[in-house]
Amino acid sequence: MSRFQVVSGKGGTGKTTVAAALALALATEGKRTLLVEVEGRQGIAQLFETEALPYEERKIAVSSGGGEVFALAIDAERALLDYLQMFYKLGSAGRALKKLGAIDFATTVAPGVRDVLLTGKACEAVRRKTKQGTFAYDYVVMDAPPTGRITRFLNVNDEVAGLAKFGPIHNQAQAVMRVLKSPETAVHMVTLLEEMPVQETADGVAELRAADLPVGKVIVNMVRPHLLDEEAVRSAAGDRRTDIAKALTTAGVSGAAKLVTPLLEQAADHAQRVELEREQRAALSGLDLPAYELPLLSEGVDLAGLYQLAKELRKQGNGS
Amino acid sequence: MTLDASAALEIDPLIDDPATRIIVCCGAGGVGKTTTAAALGVRAAERGRKVVVLTIDPARRLAQSMGIDSLDNTPRRVKGVEGEGELHAMMLDMKRTFDEIVEAHADAERARSILENPFYQSLSAGFAGTQEYMAMEKLGQLRARGEWDLIVVDTPPSRSALDFLDAPKRLGSFLDGKFIKVLVAPAKMGGRAGMKFLNVGMSMMTGTLGKLLGGQLLRDVQTFVAAMDTMFGGFRTRADATYRLLQAPGTAFLVVAAPERDALREAAYFVERLAAEEMPLAGLVLNRVHGSGAARLSAERALAAAENLDEGRIVDQRHGKAGVRDAAAASPESPPVAHTDAVDHTDAIDHTTEQLTSGLLRLHAERMQVLARERRTRDRFTALHPEVAVAQVPALPGDVHDLAGLRAIGDRLATGGPAPAGAS
Repeated sequence: MSRFQVVSGKGGTGKTTVAAALALALATEGKRTLLVEVEGRQGIAQLFETEALPYEERKIAVSSGGGEVFALAIDAERALLDYLQMFYKLGSAGRALKKLGAIDFATTVAPGVRDVLLTGKACEAVRRKTKQGTFAYDYVVMDAPPTGRITRFLNVNDEVAGLAKFGPIHNQAQAVMRVLKSPETAVHMVTLLEEMPVQETADGVAELRAADLPVGKVIVNMVRPHLLDEEAVRSAAGDRRTDIAKALTTAGVSGAAKLVTPLLEQAADHAQRVELEREQRAALSGLDLPAYELPLLSEGVDLAGLYQLAKELRKQGNGS
Repeated sequence: MTLDASAALEIDPLIDDPATRIIVCCGAGGVGKTTTAAALGVRAAERGRKVVVLTIDPARRLAQSMGIDSLDNTPRRVKGVEGEGELHAMMLDMKRTFDEIVEAHADAERARSILENPFYQSLSAGFAGTQEYMAMEKLGQLRARGEWDLIVVDTPPSRSALDFLDAPKRLGSFLDGKFIKVLVAPAKMGGRAGMKFLNVGMSMMTGTLGKLLGGQLLRDVQTFVAAMDTMFGGFRTRADATYRLLQAPGTAFLVVAAPERDALREAAYFVERLAAEEMPLAGLVLNRVHGSGAARLSAERALAAAENLDEGRIVDQRHGKAGVRDAAAASPESPPVAHTDAVDHTDAIDHTTEQLTSGLLRLHAERMQVLARERRTRDRFTALHPEVAVAQVPALPGDVHDLAGLRAIGDRLATGGPAPAGAS
């Protein structure tokens, strides 16, 4: 199992939720996982119902079996100042750079520096060792940018290494790239069983593969149960309307006659969706990647729901 | 402005009003922003306006539905639009847009040296902020051409939903800033005596930067900045102009969301930010809202009835109402989650009426649960922002593939959905 798990996916597919559930699932039996976010949205804090995360690693959850989940919201500016301090002891020069607007330049305008800092910090956590020589975290899970940007985000170090042909930035970029392109890393794609997210997943996987980045699993999120198939709906819509009305009445539903049409309409929508989902499943299986499925939580995702999703992931093989 | 919690956003008066010149669709990723922009474009054009839709990163099928899978950064007429109006659509090519700015504002030789600079090539190929800046730049250009009476803009899927507002200012302040002067200094300063004391500090600074970036990258940056120097004023002016254009009365912002917690939280954030920036908000478009024609049957009662039917054989044999009542009484303890074994039922070719009806009822219960959740999420938003008008767009069962699909979305946008179920 790769120690650096990157979770991407189209916007709206539940990346943050899946990343958090994965971090929980991996934190079993005394294992420590670090969940990092890189887009400054404080999505983790909202999910775990805690206050905004500061720029420090903080324990946010205990998993069943005694594992621990830590969280970190990586901030590019702080990461850069840290980095300057750590490697160059640039205490006052760092402040001067900040005053000049150089830090702002580096973290917002300069090509790629921001992404380098974000991936660099995450990779540092992956490689970090304790005094005893064991890894500080068993797993690092990243709530990463969406599918459309993930390859560029992860691959930016390659580009930077090309731009800065030597010097410390070059070396740093190459070190990060070594982690990202190794089996230590797995990039997962979260999708829904809908056309656009599946299409984006396919495109994203192709891009990752072209860049030699290790693709992990497809995680199909918010899967709804199939209650009726098309055939059932067809037969119901035919000559059985009266029977259905009767059955409704028998079951204790009042005013059954008026309900048959809207109920059948809903069933037709459902059948159409089942059919679309079948097509999308087929498209996903064409990617030749292992897939996990997570159910739609009808009450929305709260803390309890998160643990439920983690359990589901564990059952399907993660964290075991 | 009204305090009525469910003030309706009227789309047609907005797009018909000749004073409306720009509509900006913004919101979190994955809520149907681009689709909304395209549907608005189709509807406005078919109601007689001359419209251009600027999309940022459309899904392939959506782009094809408007016939713009060839992306070359210029508006193309969309065929198949009915009526007097016209619809043009384009997809932003940010590198091309950036190149055009350079070409327009520098002489040929200087332009070439910028375009060939490795630092420029990375910057323009789309790192943080470039896409947002270029989207605003393009908007300014389209407006200046004066060929369209309505421009509909889709905003980039930013890391932060607000980047597109910040990017022009940020780039502007950077380009005006001291840091640029430090970078340019070694290339420009020569031996100006008055600058001597600064010079010491700067050579220390560039020394540090050189150490960090590697000398060659620093030189690339310096060459780039020196070459861009004459254009900086223009950048700043245009960024300011676009920003003012967004605040002007002819602009309307639509915040797009889906009835989900995260999307609406982002929408609320947007509403507050737009107010703080004095940007004119027209309202909230709530996509993919579910409804039900059988809303008077609650999820609980539907599930109870389904369970009665599942135990139907027993009920039938008893022929008694007592049996029905027993089953109904037992049902509230059962979980509201759909049974997974229901899938197995559907595999049987021969569905009994009871099985079918039970399936219909469970499906309805699921729908009602979705409705209730969406309603709660939406109510939370309207409680926080009662002043924001809302247009609800009923969910389609499938995806949009063509102009007809966009037209259908436009209809739903304008007419709103059936009242959210549960309202009686």
